[in-house]
Amino acid sequence: MPEIRNMTMNFGPQHPAAHGVLRLVLEMDGEVIERADPHIGLLHRGTEKLAEAKPFNQSIGYMDRLDYVSMMCNEHAYVLAIEKLLGVAPPLRAQYVRVMFDEITRILNHLMWLGAHGLDIGAMTVFLYCFREREDLMDCYEAVSGTRMHATYYRPGGVYRDLPDQMPQYSSSKWHNDNEVGKLNSDRQGSLLDFIDAFVKRFPGCVDEYETLLTDNRIWKQRTVDIGIVEPDRAIALGFTGPMLRGSGVQWDLRKKQPYEVYSELDFDIPVGVNGDCYDRYLVRIEEMRQSARILQQCVDWLRDNPGPVMLDDHKLTPPKREEMKGDMESLIHHFKLFTEGYCVPAGEVYAAVEHPKGEFGIYLVSDGANKPYRLKARAAGFAHLAAMDEMVKGHMLADVVAMIGTMDVVFGEIDR
Amino acid sequence: MKGQKVENIAAIISERFGDAIISQAVDRGELTVVVRAKDVVAVGVRLRDDEQLLFSQLSDLSGIDYLSYGHADWQTHSATDSGFSRGVRRTEPTLSKDIPARFAVVYQLLSMRHNFRLRLKAFLDDDAPRIDSVVDVWPSADWYEREAFDLFGILFNSHPDLRRILTDYGFIGHPFRKDFPLEGHVEVRYDLDKNRVIYQPVSIEKRVLVPKVTREDVRVVKTVEGAEPDA
Repeated sequence: MPEIRNMTMNFGPQHPAAHGVLRLVLEMDGEVIERADPHIGLLHRGTEKLAEAKPFNQSIGYMDRLDYVSMMCNEHAYVLAIEKLLGVAPPLRAQYVRVMFDEITRILNHLMWLGAHGLDIGAMTVFLYCFREREDLMDCYEAVSGTRMHATYYRPGGVYRDLPDQMPQYSSSKWHNDNEVGKLNSDRQGSLLDFIDAFVKRFPGCVDEYETLLTDNRIWKQRTVDIGIVEPDRAIALGFTGPMLRGSGVQWDLRKKQPYEVYSELDFDIPVGVNGDCYDRYLVRIEEMRQSARILQQCVDWLRDNPGPVMLDDHKLTPPKREEMKGDMESLIHHFKLFTEGYCVPAGEVYAAVEHPKGEFGIYLVSDGANKPYRLKARAAGFAHLAAMDEMVKGHMLADVVAMIGTMDVVFGEIDR
Repeated sequence: MKGQKVENIAAIISERFGDAIISQAVDRGELTVVVRAKDVVAVGVRLRDDEQLLFSQLSDLSGIDYLSYGHADWQTHSATDSGFSRGVRRTEPTLSKDIPARFAVVYQLLSMRHNFRLRLKAFLDDDAPRIDSVVDVWPSADWYEREAFDLFGILFNSHPDLRRILTDYGFIGHPFRKDFPLEGHVEVRYDLDKNRVIYQPVSIEKRVLVPKVTREDVRVVKTVEGAEPDA
């Protein structure tokens, strides 16, 4: 009788479907997975330790680089934690701006996810469609912060600056003639809010386009329906949050249940799945994009009608205006102290969580009263999801592993930290 | 209303676990319960299953090293006259007297039924930080405990698979301990002569751009009128 042995296969860390630097050691019985052992940490940068060696504000930029496809949401949790320790709240307009950019970030993240997930399991076209809209949202990032990804826009006490009155425009070059540039610029004649308004009007149609490509597509359904089913109780026990949890039918969204900023003022719905498989999680995320567009519309309307400060006026925490600094000694001292030493935060510990596009992103922050955090721990949604990899892929085929990685929406910046 | 809820849960917990609790505090609207390390599994099971608590999810688990808690680099009350490092205190950090032990494990629990968060904390022995694993109570603890082991060297009894998780294969030391230098001990580079990647002692020099200071006198005072800090 021939001896039959399981085969061990190494998947990644350089595999295009591994979404970065995931190394999976798979024990296979033929084409069926017996055991999966994810090896992570190939992108470990020690963000939390680095943050312990810097004044509070200097780590905001590191937060962008955790989950590098939903940058501002990471900043948001960190900034909320600092504000909670200090006991301050930003002005109302800043809260609306933050919510607006959180939702822009959610759409950015879900578009990236949809494109990459589609590409992983054979749908080439949807990637190009998604990146078309992502480009516009990146321009919004650029308009407020000057960078297209790592914005460092949220600050304790508000946001760095108010929304620009003029949306930057493209200029023609030898690659883009006047006609093309004119089309690109047609929505950019007014302010940033006008641009977002136009985007929100057109975006539901774009989501319809993605859905025509995928939702009833026979191949898409064969690859995702009944793949990676997680029961609701098990999902909670495994620490699932966000669309992974809602895909299993658990109604849990921090924006509704533990509202932060102005989410309690806004009107939106929380989609939940029924079967807890990859297809339901796909539907949940698609619907979340539509709901985000709804929230965006409400934020745009409010921000148009309510001008005001976007940063606290307390110069123990926020830097004074450049102009004031030139003439006022007190402002100069404040500026100097803030940028050489930073501000001291009262001793204590807090956990601040936001509904990140991937799930619950929490910052556990311990301060001993100094100008640097004593301990910072980032709770990344993807970490808990990937920990359940073994359980989810057991008994599935090798090809389904790729679908599973896609449905988890893993990004190694936040998992490895 | 929110404040009342915290009080209610705090009362329930002190009633249920009176003997296992070392201290219990509500700070900034968050409830922190410190328990004895040996009781953590027993307390965890009851926190999860008790009808009035139902902490069904472990959101996060992290280690803490309290070695340099409250230790500042710079004594700001003495005037100095010679350059940037003038006031920097060169003493080795020692454990503050207010802290019961060097290492602690912190559990962030979430009750979805009652929509409430709880922070559970257990201090460990200094010499051999060791605590029972809660994987059987909350399965999500698996990787979090591996991480705490990797970064802090905290051992978890009866954990099914306590391996390093974030650091390099063959890494030595526990990098998030406060006595582990920020720049590390070894660095990696590709050696052209040997045609392979080699490890060598780290060449980065330790430098502190902004010293850690603690000031009691400067505090943020103002909040926006009418706006309440998030509870």
